[in-house]
Amino acid sequence: MRNTLIVARRELGGYFATPVAVVFIVIFLALQGVLTFNLGNFFDRNQADLAPFFNFVPWVFLLLVPAITMRLWAEERRLGTIELLLTLPITQGQAVVGKFLAAWAFCAIALLLTFPFVVTVNYLGKPDNGVIATGYLGALLVAGAFLSVGSALSAATKNQVIAFVLTVAVCFLFAVASYPVVTDFLSKTMPTLAEVARRLSVTERFQGFTRGIVSLRDLIYFASFIGFWLYLNTVIVEHRKAD
Amino acid sequence: MPADSHAPLIEIEGLTKRFGAFTAVDNVSFTVARGEVLGFLGPNGAGKSTTMRMLAGFMTPTAGTARICGHDVQADSVAARRTLGFLPEGAPTYPEMTVEAFLAFVAAIRGYGGKEAARRIARAIELTTLAGVRLQPVETLSKGFKRRVGLAQALLHDPAVLVLDEPTDGLDPNQKHEVRSLIQQMAPQKAIVISTHILEEVGAVCTRAIIIANGRIVADATPAELEKLHPSGKLDDVFRAMTLPAPKAA
Repeated sequence: MRNTLIVARRELGGYFATPVAVVFIVIFLALQGVLTFNLGNFFDRNQADLAPFFNFVPWVFLLLVPAITMRLWAEERRLGTIELLLTLPITQGQAVVGKFLAAWAFCAIALLLTFPFVVTVNYLGKPDNGVIATGYLGALLVAGAFLSVGSALSAATKNQVIAFVLTVAVCFLFAVASYPVVTDFLSKTMPTLAEVARRLSVTERFQGFTRGIVSLRDLIYFASFIGFWLYLNTVIVEHRKAD
Repeated sequence: MPADSHAPLIEIEGLTKRFGAFTAVDNVSFTVARGEVLGFLGPNGAGKSTTMRMLAGFMTPTAGTARICGHDVQADSVAARRTLGFLPEGAPTYPEMTVEAFLAFVAAIRGYGGKEAARRIARAIELTTLAGVRLQPVETLSKGFKRRVGLAQALLHDPAVLVLDEPTDGLDPNQKHEVRSLIQQMAPQKAIVISTHILEEVGAVCTRAIIIANGRIVADATPAELEKLHPSGKLDDVFRAMTLPAPKAA
């Protein structure tokens, strides 16, 4: 645990030592603002909640999370620092989880900086702040799910562009799995798979959180989703680290 | 050389690494005892770095085992790496970190905190004469300084075993001299393996040299013994005769 946190701290420091952190946070906030206020009709809806905000969060993460994760392992391989990191007295699992936690903490910081939305909605009306809190929890879990996918795929290649594109593609599949475009097609061809696809969908699981419902089932889903991809990440690092 | 009563600090047995049909390292075995400085020589692509990577536990051998201070580098990997100072090829470091922050990271991973960490970082900086660039990001440093940062990282925990992949590559003659004297100074307490292309270095610091070609050990002797293998008495000629594919009749 101690080693994991040391790795995480170094990694997180790396974001803020380069323009990565500022660019990411500014773009994230700008996108969320435009989408919530303009496309989401935040004001015209005349409802004191952050539903428009949370509706767009998975899609903004879909675009931006792969930009964080693409460098996570690919950069270490390109610089050769992976050889340094993995010959220090830490296990590969500790390195994988440490890097993931750093990226997750970074997303949490970005989410925290959206507090003006909460202030705005509280100023304009009387929202259910409990629902907003569970929405944020859900958003953080969605970020974690996408990050775990991106981290594993980043370990599979030295090329950051490939890591980015693959991550967007895989995350997109998990995001739209519950959408009619997928489920309609599947229910016509393979009805059993349609139900599976719906259950595997990240956005479907996220819906409950935006309505203020935190179910154990969804928590277990996110925990096993992240756990699975981080395990895969460790396996990939083990097999491909020296390539 | 003074034979230590203890077991050798580095033991390599039948180490083999294949990449598909290509055999990079072929059944390499040797041991290094405390007090020895082993020069690992060979042309580019002979398998030097691959052998060192397997020794550091970074690459998984296709066959064979390696032990550091009795710890198997595969089965007991973390324990083996705790007693090892490793300078990877090209001395990679995190470019955005300052020298001091980077060494603090390594110190924390190695389990040092507070005053002990500060003392060890100060000592590593002193040994590698990095004091002038302590607070500079590594990416702004010249090649020679970067190499010394890598070296400082490997020396930080005063390990019993040092494995240095081309420690003097990219250094100017003065810096080369400094690194060599540093190695000589540390030699009595440690088992050291250095890989190099620079043959004069072997005579200067190594107590023993191994020449590797096409993944196989072709010579394992003291530098003085190696020199005698060629009529000219020059290590260069011995090296060439042993590592060129079709050795000319000398």
